[in-house]
Amino acid sequence: MTAAQALPMEGSSWNRGRVGMACLIFGESTFFSIFVVAYLFYLGKSLSGPQPQDVLEFPLVATVCLLSSSLTVVWGVRALAAGRRWQAGLGLALTVGLGASFIGATALEWSRLIFQQGLAIDTNLFGTTFYSLVGFHAAHVILGLMMLSGIGVGVAAGKVTAQHAERVEIVSWYWHFVDAVWLVVLTTVYVVGV
Amino acid sequence: MSASSTPGNPSLTGGAGATFAGSIHEWVTTVDHKRLGLLYIGSGLLFFLIGGVEAALMRAQLAMPGNELLEPQEFNRLFTMHGTTMVFLVGMPIITGFGNYLIPLMIGARDMAFPRLNAWGFWMFLFGGLVLYMSYFASMGLYGAGTAPDVGWFAYAPLSGRAFSRGNATDYWVLGIMISGFGSISGAVNMIATTITMRCRGMTMGRLPLFVWMMLVVSFLILLALPVLTAAQVMLLFDRFLGAHFFDTQAGGDAVLWQHFFWFFGHPEVYILMIPGFAYASEIIPVFSRKVIFGYSFMVAATIAIGLVAVGVWAHHMFTVGMGRGLNIWFAVITMVVGIPTGIKLFNWIATMYGGKIQMKTPMLFCIGFLGQFLVAGLSGILLSGAPLNWQLSDSYFVVAHFHFVLIGGLLFTIFAALYYWFPKVTGLMLSEKLGRWHFWLFFVGFHVTFTTMHVQGILGMPRRIYTYPGDRGWAIWNFISSAGVVFQMAGVLCFLAAVVLAFKRPRRAGPDPWNAWTLEWSTSSPPPAYNFLTLPEVRSRRPLWDLKHPHDPDWEHE
Repeated sequence: MTAAQALPMEGSSWNRGRVGMACLIFGESTFFSIFVVAYLFYLGKSLSGPQPQDVLEFPLVATVCLLSSSLTVVWGVRALAAGRRWQAGLGLALTVGLGASFIGATALEWSRLIFQQGLAIDTNLFGTTFYSLVGFHAAHVILGLMMLSGIGVGVAAGKVTAQHAERVEIVSWYWHFVDAVWLVVLTTVYVVGV
Repeated sequence: MSASSTPGNPSLTGGAGATFAGSIHEWVTTVDHKRLGLLYIGSGLLFFLIGGVEAALMRAQLAMPGNELLEPQEFNRLFTMHGTTMVFLVGMPIITGFGNYLIPLMIGARDMAFPRLNAWGFWMFLFGGLVLYMSYFASMGLYGAGTAPDVGWFAYAPLSGRAFSRGNATDYWVLGIMISGFGSISGAVNMIATTITMRCRGMTMGRLPLFVWMMLVVSFLILLALPVLTAAQVMLLFDRFLGAHFFDTQAGGDAVLWQHFFWFFGHPEVYILMIPGFAYASEIIPVFSRKVIFGYSFMVAATIAIGLVAVGVWAHHMFTVGMGRGLNIWFAVITMVVGIPTGIKLFNWIATMYGGKIQMKTPMLFCIGFLGQFLVAGLSGILLSGAPLNWQLSDSYFVVAHFHFVLIGGLLFTIFAALYYWFPKVTGLMLSEKLGRWHFWLFFVGFHVTFTTMHVQGILGMPRRIYTYPGDRGWAIWNFISSAGVVFQMAGVLCFLAAVVLAFKRPRRAGPDPWNAWTLEWSTSSPPPAYNFLTLPEVRSRRPLWDLKHPHDPDWEHE
């Protein structure tokens, strides 16, 4: 046998981290699609109010925050790869700040819905499907925030450097995924559903 | 695992494993794919014995009409725990265990892509299983409303809702299965990442052993199906604890939605369990026929086709809930389509044997048993996919016979074949051929006495899940025969256990390659060292060991 043969994945950027994260995202997508299906299936089938069109307001600020955080995370990861530590830290801090604002906006929305509109998870089918779908997305945002803040602290402390840029990029894939799920949730709940 | 392991037997006894506590510590903290694979298979076999005892108790109860051996409630718990155990705590860990043990060895790698995630997955599975069985002791709770779950392994709503399933028994079912599901999902991620990124030089996708190809498809199906079950179980928990209304018909919810979600998981799950059986057969049949597998690329394509079709057939479990004509026709037709790729596989295995120098060793015997029984299972499946016939037979013992033909006649027979085939690799010791033959024949006879007769009970109208029946329906004699078969099956399993004990008591060394096989796991010592390969192999064909043994006529000149 000759030594001329190459490793099958040589020259490809699909290392185990990337493949693993892609698989995780695939599995999470099927998880979310079931909640989306349940939301659409029960749309308009609530036996009592409130109905979506009565109480939902388009979450413009939250959407702008979350979508732009996808750009800041890319900016931060590229800076990290280029060894620009402060810019990387700033990019991650901005991302965490924007993500936290999204969670804040969700918290405000939920408190308005619960205390002013009287919509809880056990009120009707709308409440059941709405809080499950939006809540699971928010939980994933919080998980992403925890990972990104951990990395941000590492960058600030000088522990996470250019040599870790690829791993940080893989984490950022998760953040993009959370963003993409939001687009689906937004379309389902706030566009199709009202 | 420590580098100072004994060279002779490193995956069984470690260096620090000289003391009992030391070896326990090594096994609990291991991240080695071979040890984790053995832990998966070993705990799967333990759960298999538990699930088998549950089945034997039910058969004892049903042996006579009007029998009063078991309380009705106890019978409900037994069939729930038996089904749940066999699918989630026997099938899943054993297929994951074989995948873990063999994939790195077959693709010329030193471990899985994520060894620690691998360990995490195993312990999640094991503790999930323990949570399920804790229900027997712990779920009486404040309610005094029963012990183990009794809602059947598919936990149909609204029976599994708060109103009809009081106490915490159903919660143990949900949480135990959900936790072990996280383990399965992480295992699937790991198998995909390993197969895609860890292959040795020359191991292109077109040269992957069929075992690895099939486990790759299975892993994708796990990622597609298991999260669906998790999502549905989360909804059930929300209903039960937070007062949500997903499956609450009083508030406009739809109990049939649970069935759709459950079977959207449940039917791919059948293929998740069955394709590994195909994988073992595809490795074993060529070796004992002394021929290359017939139609390698068709086998890969048929596996992928089964994986694709698997996600479009779920509602054939639901013909009797009244889905309407259009959906009935769709699901009947798509289900029949499954027969095409499966038929391709059966013909390919037979064509592999055709004209070969067949060696009737124990693994081959089990594979041949599998071929015939799986054919029957497939044919009764096609019968059941016809919606009108299904209306007559659904929820009868005919269905019970069908899926036991799939999961025992198909999967369990290939698992036994795989155990006999790879045991020498794992331990370095041969299993007794004589006991293996006894095992096969006793189990074969017992299986057919029990399950072939069940078709008749089903056609005579006996519903599944009843704890007893009156004597004047003509079911009694068939039930007695079915129950009698259990004795033979248990004797067969005892032969297997005896063969394992005997292999260690009177060791016969296997050497690295006892079957004169062709895939990479046989090129390293038995048992393989912790690092698997001293130098990472290079391959130029689908049968790297053939090339080594026949340098004048290597496969790569013909492929």
